[in-house]
This record gives sequence, structure tokens and C-alpha cells, in this order.
Amino acid sequence: MSGLLERRAPSIPRNALPDACLATIAAIEAGRARDRRRTVGVTAGILAVIVAIGMLALALGDVPLAPAEVVAGLLGLDGAGGATFIVQGLRLPRLALALVVGAALGLSGALLQSVVRNPLASPDIVGVTGGASAAAVLAIAGGATGLTVSGAALAGALVALTVVVVASGRGVTGTRFVVIGIAVAFLANGVVGYALTRANLTQAQSAYFWLVGSVGSPSWEDVLLVGTVVLLAAAGLVVARRPLAAQALDDGSARAIGARPVVTRVAAMTVSGILAAVAVSVAGPIAFVAFAAGPIARRMRGRGPALGTAALTGAAIVALADVIAQHALPGALEPPVGLITGAAGAVVLLALLLRGEGSGTRPLTRPLTLARASKGAPS
Amino acid sequence: MLGAGILIALLLAAVAVSLSVGARATDPAVVLAALLDPGSLGSGSVDAVVVRELRVPRTVIGLLAGAALGVAGVVMQGVTRNPIADPGLLGVTAGSSFAVVLGIALAGVTSVVELAAFALVGALAAATVIALVAASARVGSSPALLVVAGSAVTAALSSLTTLVLLGDPETLERYRFWTVGSLTGRDLDAALALAPLVVLGLVGAVLVSRALDALALGDDVARGLGFRLLPTRAAAIAVIVVLAGTATALAGPIVFVGLVGAHAARALVGGGHAVRVPVAAVAGAALVLVADVLGRLVVPPGELEAGIVVAVLGAPLLIALVRSRRGVTA
Repeated sequence: MSGLLERRAPSIPRNALPDACLATIAAIEAGRARDRRRTVGVTAGILAVIVAIGMLALALGDVPLAPAEVVAGLLGLDGAGGATFIVQGLRLPRLALALVVGAALGLSGALLQSVVRNPLASPDIVGVTGGASAAAVLAIAGGATGLTVSGAALAGALVALTVVVVASGRGVTGTRFVVIGIAVAFLANGVVGYALTRANLTQAQSAYFWLVGSVGSPSWEDVLLVGTVVLLAAAGLVVARRPLAAQALDDGSARAIGARPVVTRVAAMTVSGILAAVAVSVAGPIAFVAFAAGPIARRMRGRGPALGTAALTGAAIVALADVIAQHALPGALEPPVGLITGAAGAVVLLALLLRGEGSGTRPLTRPLTLARASKGAPS
Repeated sequence: MLGAGILIALLLAAVAVSLSVGARATDPAVVLAALLDPGSLGSGSVDAVVVRELRVPRTVIGLLAGAALGVAGVVMQGVTRNPIADPGLLGVTAGSSFAVVLGIALAGVTSVVELAAFALVGALAAATVIALVAASARVGSSPALLVVAGSAVTAALSSLTTLVLLGDPETLERYRFWTVGSLTGRDLDAALALAPLVVLGLVGAVLVSRALDALALGDDVARGLGFRLLPTRAAAIAVIVVLAGTATALAGPIVFVGLVGAHAARALVGGGHAVRVPVAAVAGAALVLVADVLGRLVVPPGELEAGIVVAVLGAPLLIALVRSRRGVTA
């Protein structure tokens, strides 16, 4: 829709337009400039936060490092010194994995939320990560390792997503999608329980650990895999930004401006499923990151699906939660990162549900509020 | 009434099959003999031991847990006016699970009565949280939002449960079998020790049913009919906690039974809650027993736990309900 204005407006000489029209154009352009400034500001802000969290993650540990030592270690400036080994060998892979996994989950969640038009439609709530977990745990219990487990997770995620989409039927929007997704998530949970009882105790323990979601055993191959998928998905989303923008319209209007809304939606859902599955396959189902990143990002950006911001937000959340998991809890307790996001994310979700009944609070996103979505979905 | 009769026949059939089917198939005549006069099978008869020591307890546990969960579903749907409420979906059983894990890991609890005490406290805590969330007009008026809130409570509690389990392999070893909703591994004494609690819950459900009928007409009408809202809701929640907590202590966290029980009751007899309670009890018990029997048959010589089979049967039902009912998405 923004494309229409850009393409048509210059073909009419400006002085031929009535004043009211010019004023509207000026207002739209001013609004866009505001949006751009806000986007730049928000992006710079999150990047600064990520750098700060990163410094913290690299500095803290059994051997605390000063900021200067961290930088020296990063650049390999202290020769054969310990800082280089500690930073590059031990702490950087974990931080990098947290960042790419967080970005994948954040992007996956925001994408699904925006095309389903429901802030609750994130892969971790509607059973997509559940499907990935079930398939992966079945594979682990069957003795599989490495790429086979990842492949199983991917297949499980896509199967779960397909079931939810097909069961939701026409429209694929609104609360119905979410509740059907929750049913699928419980079903997946049953399968996970089955696999856990069939494994021996050692397998069960490692599967249980994996089920919480952890970035505690990073490898550069994993980082590379997730990072590549995130970059490919981001590139695809940039290329497809016009059809995606048309998702904000109802399907009739979207068709009227030449978009193919259902094709776009299915494609976007597939991309979201792949992102979630790849993240889950290397780090386990880290709870609530995919769910929370989108709303936080949209809040900061003010409008639109804010996909890029959501990816950065997801990265920041996982990195921060991992720092908390490693260092903030008392004693020798060092839980996997998914425990932190699970406990904190549930509180965020409850707060989000309770909000909005008071006056003055803005709805999460304008076209995505539940009330609208449920009213709009005939059932 | 015909439907209710069929349901009772189904339950009786499920009991009979549950006593005779398993890794070792037993002739119905032998089952009867083992129950009534074990001496006639000769001392040390394997059939007598299997029927009396293994199948009778799991059948009784299935009956108790299924009836309790089915009725808990009716009361929960009544008090929340929510057609997709279920103690499992709304996080009450997750509260029980967490408390049970705490009990096993920290207090070294082993007896089923003590486990039940923990399960009740956990169910109470989770139900209180959900009741507070449901008290918000926005969430309380939307069935789907309440289910989402329930899944948030479940997620938070399972995070905490996992935190305990990861540091404690011994507890994990017990928990992983308990958490899938299994009817095995408890003896008859344990089941009978908790039976009074189930009966108490069922009686309580009948007692609050008139108030639930009034609540169904709306808060204002209920108040006009002379029911005080807060005590009514508190009593209903107490009933749910007793039923769901006891069932969880007996059979582990089983989801969807309340949903199925409540909808079976509504479809078969409709009308007031007082009539729906016994029907839901029969439906819930029948569902859990049928699931348990199916679980024994699908992967011989092994078994699928009843909770897993119920999830496989229940999830499609929830999907069908959400797709078909007008009230659900509103």
C-alpha cells in the first residue's frame, strides 16, 4: 500500500494537486521520517544493550576479566595470554550461540504472530516447538545424534505447524488457531512423556536437560548453521517485504492491490517453522523467547510487525537470560537458560493477558489485538 | 437418558475388559473366579495374582481418577462459564505435579497419602492463581484467553519442576513415570486410602451444583437468586482442588479428562449441574479405563500410559470443540 503512493504520486505534478492532498502527502512523509528515526534509534539502542550484555557474558566467570582484558582477548592482542583462550575459546561460542538462537526464535515468533494476527500465535505456544521437541526426543531415545536429531526436530516442527494450520481451516487467524495449537502442544507433550519413559535414565536425563533449552554446550558449527538460516530468512523477508506488508490488510483488500495473501501467509509460516525448528534443534525449546520478542519489539517500534527489531530483541533476551542463568543464581546452581526464560516468560504472558482492561494502556499492536482477531474470525 | 445408559454399559464393559486384558490375557471366567474365590484356582495361581494384585488396583485407580477429573471438569466449566475449561488445561494439575516433585525431592515423601497432601496444596495454589487471573474481566470473559493463561501457569510450574528434577536424578527416575499419567505402580490400599477424598469431592460437586446453575445465568441473576458469588466460587474451587489434586496424586497429571467428561455430560443429559455430575463421573472413569486398556493393546508386550492415550484422544476433541462451537472463540 505504501508502494502505491510512492509509485503513483510522482506521476502527477505536485502543483496540480489540491492543498488538502498536498497536506496529506506531507503528513504521510513526516510520519515516515518519524518512523525511520524511531527505527534507527531503537535499533541502535538494542545493539548497545546487546554489546553491554555481551561484555558482561565475556567478562564474568570463574576467572573474571576487566573490560580491557575482554577486548584484548577478543582481538587476540595478549598473545598467548589466558584472556584470548578464555574469551575466544570458552565464552564467545556460548554468547554467539545464545545470540543466533535468540534471533532465530525472535524472528520466528514475530513472523507467525504477524501473519496469524494474534500475539499469542508464537511457535512455543501453538505447539511448533513442541512438535520439534517430541520428534527430537523420540530420535534421541532411538539412539540418534547430531544432524539426525536436527532433521527430526525440523520435521516435527513442520508436521505440528501443518496440523495446526489444517485444523484451523479457512482464514487461519485468531484465537481458534491459538487454542488448536495449545491442543497440539499438549499432544506433543504426551509424546515427549512417552519417549522419556522408554529411554534409560541417563538418556532421559540428557533428554530432560535438552528439553529445557540450553546454550551450555556450544559449537561453532551450530552457530554457523543457525546464523546462516537466520540470514537467509532475513534476506527472504526483505525481498518479500511488499507481500508481507499486504498481510496487514484483510484478504479481500490485499487481493485488490494484487497481493496473494494466502500464499504469502503459508510461505511466512513455513519460514517461521524452519527458524524455530533450527533453533530448537541446536539449543532445545528455550521457552517464551519466540513469544515475548515480538510484542516487546512492536512496543518499541510503535507500529508494524517490527521483524528485525524482534530478531535483535530475541538475541538480547537469550543472551541476558543466559548471563543470569550462569552467574546470578546463588550457590552452584547453574540452570539451563530455558528455565530462566520459562519462569520469567510465563509472568510476562500473564501480565500481557491481564493488561488492556484498564484505561489508557495501548493495545499490543493495532491489527493484532485478540479482541479484534476473535471477532473477525467467524466460527 | 438412553445415552447415559449406554455410557454406564460402556463403563461396565471397560471394567470387565480392564480386568481381563493385558500382557497376559485372562479368560473372563478365570477373572470372575479370581475375584470371588481365588482358592478355586489353586494356591499360587498366576492368574489370580495378576488379576487381584495388578489389574484390580489399576482399574480402581482408573475409576477414581477418571470420575474425579470428569466431575472437576463440570465444576470448572460451570464456575468459569468456560466450555473449554479443564483442570489440566488450566494448570491445576501442573500445580499438583510441582508440589509432588517438591515433596519427593525435598521432603522424601513416599506414601501416597502424603503425596496427596502435597498434590492438594499444589492444586490449591495453582487454582488460586487461575481464579485471580479469571477475575479480570478481559480474561474471564474469553474462554480461549483463560486457556492461554492456564498454559502460562503450566509453563512456569514446569520450569520450576524441571529446576528441581535436573539436580536430582533419583526424583527424575520416579517422576518421569508418574508424569505421563499411569495407573500402575500403586497398590489397592493406596487407592482406597484416597477414595474418601474423591467421594468428598463428588458430594461437594453435587452440593455446589445448584449454585453453578444460578451462575450460568450470569452474576447479577445469581445474586438476585440469593447466591453470594464469592463463597460460591470459593466452594467450587475447593471442590475442583480436592478432585483434581487427588486424581493427580493417584494417577499423575492427566489432561483432557475434565473436558471430555463435562462435554459428554452436557451432550447426554444437558440440564442442571446436579444431573451432569454423575454422568461426567461415569464418562471420565470410562474414558480413563478405555485409554488404559487401549494403552495395553497398542504396543504389546509393552504398554502406553493412560495419560498419553487420553492426550491422543483428547486433543482432537478440543480441536473439534473449538472448530464447531460458537461460544468458544468469543
